[in-house]
This record gives sequence, C-alpha cells and structure tokens, in this order.
Amino acid sequence: MTAPILTLAEVTRVHGAGAAEVRALRGVTVTAAPGELVAVMGPSGSGKSTLLNLAGGLDTPTSGDVVIDGTSLVRLSQSRRAALRRTSVGYVFQSFNLIPALTAAENVSLPLELDGVRRGEARDAALLALEEVGLSAAADRYPDDMSGGQQQRVAIARAIVGQRRLILADEPTGALDTATGEEVLKLLRSRVDAGAAGLLVTHDPRHAAWADRVVFLRDGLVVDESGRTRGPEDLLDVEGAR
Amino acid sequence: MSVRHALLALLEQGPMYGYQLRTEFEGRTGSTWPLNIGQVYTTLARLERDGMIEAASDEAVAADESNGSNGDGGKRRYAITTDGRVEVATWFDEPVGRGEPPRDELAIKLAIAVTIPGVDVGSLVQRQRTATMNALHEYTRLKRSGSTDEPADLAWSLVLDSLIFNAEAEIRWLDHCEARLARRATPSRSTVAEEATR
Repeated sequence: MTAPILTLAEVTRVHGAGAAEVRALRGVTVTAAPGELVAVMGPSGSGKSTLLNLAGGLDTPTSGDVVIDGTSLVRLSQSRRAALRRTSVGYVFQSFNLIPALTAAENVSLPLELDGVRRGEARDAALLALEEVGLSAAADRYPDDMSGGQQQRVAIARAIVGQRRLILADEPTGALDTATGEEVLKLLRSRVDAGAAGLLVTHDPRHAAWADRVVFLRDGLVVDESGRTRGPEDLLDVEGAR
Repeated sequence: MSVRHALLALLEQGPMYGYQLRTEFEGRTGSTWPLNIGQVYTTLARLERDGMIEAASDEAVAADESNGSNGDGGKRRYAITTDGRVEVATWFDEPVGRGEPPRDELAIKLAIAVTIPGVDVGSLVQRQRTATMNALHEYTRLKRSGSTDEPADLAWSLVLDSLIFNAEAEIRWLDHCEARLARRATPSRSTVAEEATR
C-alpha cells in the first residue's frame, strides 16, 4: 500500500490542567492514504474537531505525532508549519468562509497568493480549480450573488487549488439541502479519487457513507471503524457467527 | 410488500408473460426484492381468480393447446381487466398505510436488552451501528456507480435512496439510544464511556 498522506499516530490532546483538565483525544491513530476518504463520526465532545485541527496543523498534540506527506508537524516551527499548511492542506468548512469583497476566482487564488505565487499564475490555477467544480462561468461573481451550493463549490475549489494533497472537511454539507450536499460530496470524492487524501468530519451517516472508512470517536477514543476494509467475505463471516 | 399490485400495474402497460413480469419488476427495483418465478405465478393465479387479469385473448387458446391442461402459466400471456385497472388506480391514489408497526428485530432486541441486567447495551449499539454503516457504505457505493438516465435506472436509484435513508434513520436512532442510555447511566451499568476506555 502507498504511504499515507496523513498519519495521526497515537495522538493525545489535553486542554487545561488539574481539576479542569479535559482530555479531548486519548491516543488516537488515524491514517489517510492517497485516494482515500476517511470520515470521522461521533457525538459532540467526542474529539472530532480536535482531531481535524491536529490533522491540519492548527493545533499541536500533547503527545503523539502528526505526519503530512512524510513531514512531522510536531517537530516543525510554527512558521514552517503554517507554510506546509498553506501548500499541502485544503479546508472546507460548514460556513464556506468566503471573503464577500472578493470574487470567486479571487477567493480561490488567495491561498496561493499568500504563499507568494504570482497573481497571474494564481488566477490561472484558480480558474482550473473552478472548472473542476463546474463554476468556470462564475469566476468573476461575488459570493453574495451565489447560492449556498455554489458558494460551497467555490470553497472546495479553494481547498483543492494548487494541487493540495490533503483535504480536511468539517461538516461541509451542513447548511445545504440534500441534493446540493450530495453534489459537494461528489466533488470531494472525485478529488480524492484523483489521488488526494480526505478527512471528513460529519454527523450525517448518509454523508459519511461516501467515505471509504468511517472512524467512530467516543470520549477521545476510536471505538470502532466501518468501511471497505471489510469485504463481502467478512459480511458472510458475520452471518455465520450468528 | 405488494407484489400483487406491482405486477398488476406492470400489466397495465400491456399483456405480458410471467417471466417478463419478473424481469420488469426486478429491473425497476434493482433486484432488491428478488421474486422467484413460482411466486409470480401464484400471484398471477390469484389475480386471475379475483378477476383482475385474464389470459390475453389472442393467445389464450393456442397457449392452452400447446401447454396441455396443466394450468402452468409459463406460456400464457396475461392482460389486465377493467377491475384490475380500477385496483391499480386505487393503489396509486391511496397512501401506504402505516397501520401496525412492522416487527423490527433491532427495536425488539434493544427493548429487551435494556431491561435485562448484565447485557452490555453500549457494545450492542456500537456493533449494530458499524454493521448498519457498512450496509450504508455498500448502498452508497452502488448509487455512486449507477446512472439515472433511463426511467428504470431512476427507479432503481430511488429504491437505493430508500434503503439509504432507512439505514441512516437506524444509525440516528442508535445514536439517540446511546445518548439516552449515557444520560441515565449508573455506575453499576456498562455505559458507552466505560466501554470506550477498555
């Protein structure tokens, strides 16, 4: 099997200390290989958001390691970590997080420009990404003139622009209707099928089912996992064991 | 499941043989509920008895002759009657009754489990959730690989959606059960939180 793009190895994250100590994650290991979309499910407070923040280098683990494309985030300086985040990791949030004063193309090219890519080059890359999500025609429109589904597609284009290999999505379908939500998942899925790795946090089982595997978190621990690692043979085993 | 009405509705499109009806039914439902041919002929015999269908007039005689008198519908083409058309119209007009809740093995299992000391309900819920999630993966995979170009493809895709929404509902219900159990958990009882620390 190819090396994972993302590895969270035995990560622990403790907030606060003493009586106020909260152990958000207690030794969690999750990997995502190229072409693999992994969903994380669990009730509020189970550690989902902490996991996603650690995976994206927005937070550092109390112990354990986070590795993106062979580079351990734990050992990087804050600025190096931010640079890796900008070039390798794309985020999709529930609330789109687009900048209203910028056009779709400007929103998408922003991460590249922040990373020092020349404006013309960044725009070309943005147009490519917008084409991938089916929004070429809307490149020069402002978020306010777009439907929720279109805005989320712009957000996905921003997450994948410039060949980002790791896509982190936090309830990306939250505010959208069923059919539009499915379109968003299709886009994530096709990008992952093209070789990226994805981590999708969701409370919706129907959306989690678009992933290859679902990791169930409870109280900061992985309690179970479902997905394609269990083929038909295993299902037969289950039947036989009854 | 109303195979009877489904077959009748298909016959409204024109006379058909038993095996054709089976093919049409399974095509539109993606073989989700496979019919054996015996079931098709039993249903057709009852529909004929009730005056909803009859042997297609053009072939009835010939088929009877070539077939002997064994009553096997294999070579018979069936046509819908006026009564049958009325029955189909009524079927489409009226909502499917909710009536008595159908027996739900999982609901029964959980209801019994929470009342019997020593049953690890937390693990039961988690195992079920994983199993249902695996089914949901499979339905979703099938849906992703399918097209919706033809009416029959769309029909199958909608059947899949029904399975998907049902599996989703079951998982949400399990989540709900787990939250309820955790809230009323006492130290003597296994809770999901304790389960997780093992």
